[in-house]
Formats: sequence, structure tokens, C-alpha cells
Amino acid sequence: MKLTEIKEILNADVITGDSHLGDEFEEVCSADLMSDVLAFATPGTILLTGLTNVQSVITAHVAEVGAVVYIRGKRPDEDAIKLAMQKNLPLLASPLTMFEACGRLYKQGLKSGSSTAK
Amino acid sequence: MEDGVLFFQEFSIMGKDFSNAGSVSTEIKSILKEIGFDPVIVRRAAIAAYEAEMNVVMYADRGVVRLRVTPDKISIELEDEGQGIEDIELAMQEGYSTATPEMREMGFGAGMGLPNIKRNSDHFEITSQPGRGTKLNIVIKAR
Repeated sequence: MKLTEIKEILNADVITGDSHLGDEFEEVCSADLMSDVLAFATPGTILLTGLTNVQSVITAHVAEVGAVVYIRGKRPDEDAIKLAMQKNLPLLASPLTMFEACGRLYKQGLKSGSSTAK
Repeated sequence: MEDGVLFFQEFSIMGKDFSNAGSVSTEIKSILKEIGFDPVIVRRAAIAAYEAEMNVVMYADRGVVRLRVTPDKISIELEDEGQGIEDIELAMQEGYSTATPEMREMGFGAGMGLPNIKRNSDHFEITSQPGRGTKLNIVIKAR
């Protein structure tokens, strides 16, 4: 599914990374704990998170997350946006709760972008 | 330079410097990517380095990271000065943590760091002197 469709489903707006709206995504993971992202996220997944500081972007970059969507109406801080622009990582913001955001994307056929299997 | 060493660099990390936390690992990631390692290997090394760097920022006063790359392996050595770890076996358990609320606000400190480093390494060694500091030796095979 294209990022632009995901944006519509989540009523999200793009904070940075308009050029990525045509990128295809199949997987989504959700976490507020960055160590869990580092441990369990699969490369290329979308990350839904409520953590808005720069660590969310560093984690996404290190774990090869393809796009970050901040939920619950949260906006990332300035440092996070600056680094995302530098690393060419798209950031979106959605007013939905984590549960609602995950539910909508799951219903549309997106798969889990995290795995606890070793 | 030693035989077969493609790259060597030493980085320093300041404890409690939360605003720069992660900068060493992102640099390590760029270096490894540029050398041309397989993306899977680069990702594993970057994750291990990042968790280790966060540990130094969160718990130590200061630390150094030595990145040594040969055609066969990526070696990341961390040495910090700080409180050290009293019980390494306990610290290695998933979920065990001594993190403060400030660390948790950053999305860390849930007791996943050391297990995460081990999971992404082919060789992992940790030694610590309580009250002095901790040493980590992380090796990721390049092929």
C-alpha cells in the first residue's frame, strides 16, 4: 500500500518527506519503547509511535524503519524533524489513538512489521 | 594500521549528554554502509552500537567506542567510566532495569539493551567493575 493511502486511512498529515508518498509499505509495527523497535521491528516497516523526541528518528534510522507516524495528535520535536530531513525519513502525524490507528491499517490488510521470533 | 584493518576510529561519548545520544551509532552506520557491507550486517551493527551508546549516555560518566573493521568482521569495543554493573547476569535478563523516569521518557530503560546487543552480535563479551566502569566487546561477522 502506498504511503499516501496510509496517510488517508490515518487522517494524517505529512511533517516531512512528501517525496515518499508513493513508497509502498506492507508492514506496520507500533511501540513507544525504542528498545522494542530495535529488537523486534522488521526492516522497511512503518512505525506508529507516541514517542516524539529525536530518539524516535534515530531508532527508525538505525532499525531501517521506512516511515514514522506519530499518533494521538503528537508532533515530533524540532531536533527529530531536522534529523529526519537529513536522513530522508518521512514523518507523519495522526490524531488517532494507537489502537484505532493499528486497527484501521490491519483491517486494510497491512501485516505485522515486528517479530518476536529469534 | 594493523594487517587487514580496513578502518579504525575512536569515538567519545559523554554521559548524560542526552541531546547527542545516538550520534556515534549513526556515524558508525554511515561508515559501515559506505565501506559496502551487506545491509543486514550494517543494521545489526548499528542496533548493537546504538543500544551500547545509550547505556553509556544513561549510566556512565564518559566512554570511548573503538570501531575496527576488517574484511571478516566488525568489532565494536566500548569502555566506560562510571558506576559499572553490580550483577551482570541480572543485567542481561530481559526486562531487568535500573532506569530512571528520564531514561524511560526517551523510550529506553526497559531492560532490553544488553539482551538486544547480544542478539545482534556474533560474539559478545561484557566485564564490569562496580564503581569503575564497564567494558563491552561486540563482534559481528561480516560474512
